Amino acid sequence: MSKLCTLKEAIAQHVHDGDCVYAAGFTHLIPFAAGHEIIRQGRKDLTLARATPDLIYDQMVAAGCAKKLIYSYIGNPGVGSLRIIRSELEAGRLEFEEYSHFGMISRLQAGASGLPFMPMNQTAATDLEKANPLYRRVTDPYSGREVVVVPALIPDVAIIHVQRCDERGNAHIWGIIGEQKEAAFAAKRVILTAEEIVPEEVIRSDPNRTLIPEFVVSAVCHVPYCSHPSYTQGYYDRDNDFYLEWDKISETPESVQAWLQEWVYGVADREEYWKKVGEETHRRLSVAPLYAAPVNYGEY
Amino acid sequence: MTTFTASELMTVHAARLLRDGDVVFVGVGLPNLACNLARRTHAPNLVMIYEAGVIGARPARLPLSIGDPTLVTRATSVCSMYDIFTLYLQRGNVDVGFLGGAQIDRFGNINATVIGDYNHPKVRLPGSGGSMEIAGWANRCYIITPHQKRRFPEKVDFATSAGFLNGRAARDASGVRGGGPQVVVTNLGFLEPDETGELILTAIHPGVTVEDVQANTGWALKTAADLRITAPPSDDELRLLRELDPQNIYLK
Repeated sequence: MSKLCTLKEAIAQHVHDGDCVYAAGFTHLIPFAAGHEIIRQGRKDLTLARATPDLIYDQMVAAGCAKKLIYSYIGNPGVGSLRIIRSELEAGRLEFEEYSHFGMISRLQAGASGLPFMPMNQTAATDLEKANPLYRRVTDPYSGREVVVVPALIPDVAIIHVQRCDERGNAHIWGIIGEQKEAAFAAKRVILTAEEIVPEEVIRSDPNRTLIPEFVVSAVCHVPYCSHPSYTQGYYDRDNDFYLEWDKISETPESVQAWLQEWVYGVADREEYWKKVGEETHRRLSVAPLYAAPVNYGEY
Repeated sequence: MTTFTASELMTVHAARLLRDGDVVFVGVGLPNLACNLARRTHAPNLVMIYEAGVIGARPARLPLSIGDPTLVTRATSVCSMYDIFTLYLQRGNVDVGFLGGAQIDRFGNINATVIGDYNHPKVRLPGSGGSMEIAGWANRCYIITPHQKRRFPEKVDFATSAGFLNGRAARDASGVRGGGPQVVVTNLGFLEPDETGELILTAIHPGVTVEDVQANTGWALKTAADLRITAPPSDDELRLLRELDPQNIYLK
């Protein structure tokens, strides 16, 4: 059964006020277009979970979508601070839960595995364990030693951008695969956005590359350039210039709101956004192809 | 002899600490440059792995973020973040971790979380990222940081990742396998843990005095009996290093 729909329809149907949202992607494949559509549709009181909130959550927090943040590293990667999130946190206007990367993805791994919690080795550093009461300790029944545990994270909705998938939602991902698979299996609903919608035969030609199967997917959206200013391996480069520019834009609330007006509220969808980004940027971010050696699955 | 910046000085010394064959958990910026310099000099078999899940990266250009696509192209392997922290780090397959933070204290504990109180901080910093586990489980950790008094308090406001806690015995009791911070490389010299886990001054760069280092350290710094003077970066090291960062993004 085809799950193809527009991103506008997918967000309208699957992202509700008050939901816990996990827009996946460690630097790579961040679904910015979905974040922008959530902003346009005026969602409120979301719990935004991501290991690295990145610019996508800085923008969603600036647009008033968020009540709470769950994270393990709040920075503008390679640039510095996420100014909006940091100031909202420092002012006490945004609730938060903080983990290490491993704590965060262990929560997802538990959620994705149908387990109530996940054990982790002690790290000798206990201050974050003490600061976040969801970090607990239990005794390993075999060795008698204490292990650190974190509870399963089960987002209401995960949003995952992929290079290609079929219209039922079987998805190929390559390059940095961060926590996409875990987020997809952990969440109650999954919105896939894809650079390309391909025939099922393309997926079946390389089953080892399928990280997400159709039966965990709720909606499939064809959204080329979805992850700009993040990137999609093999399709376009990361727009480091924009990451630097955001550092300046986010210095004042006025310039942030002006940016949101122009680039989020002022465009209908990603197609219009990408046209507005302009050909010079398209060229700057284009990437020469480099194909892997083919693999032989054998005709059995 | 070529003149050099503080960043170049620290990066060359960090590179020299790496051994051929080391599997290194790398960050962007100076650690990345140090690893690539080591690979081009004495450690051609160094393996760079990244918390994003990249193993054996061979970046053809300077990576500008921890998830730069150049880390993936021509890498040995790519895995999930869960795998990198379990199969690679916790299982004992990582020799070296690079750490950094806003504060490093007398026992090598690192703060990357808050300045001030956790719930009402003066400054909320980016947080742990991978460092809490790397500090616990990498066999050896190195820290590269400018030497300033505010960065070296007697005790960190928040211990994001563990050095030797309040002494080596406390770290050992926690059961972590990693050996903790081995060297703090600064623009003034090296700090290394003594038998109690306290960081002491073990080397100074040419032209630096013990008094300079003490003036920039927030506790009464002990000096090793066999205090060394480091060998300055060679012309070759500086040339290779500058080729890695031609636009001077990190080395300035």
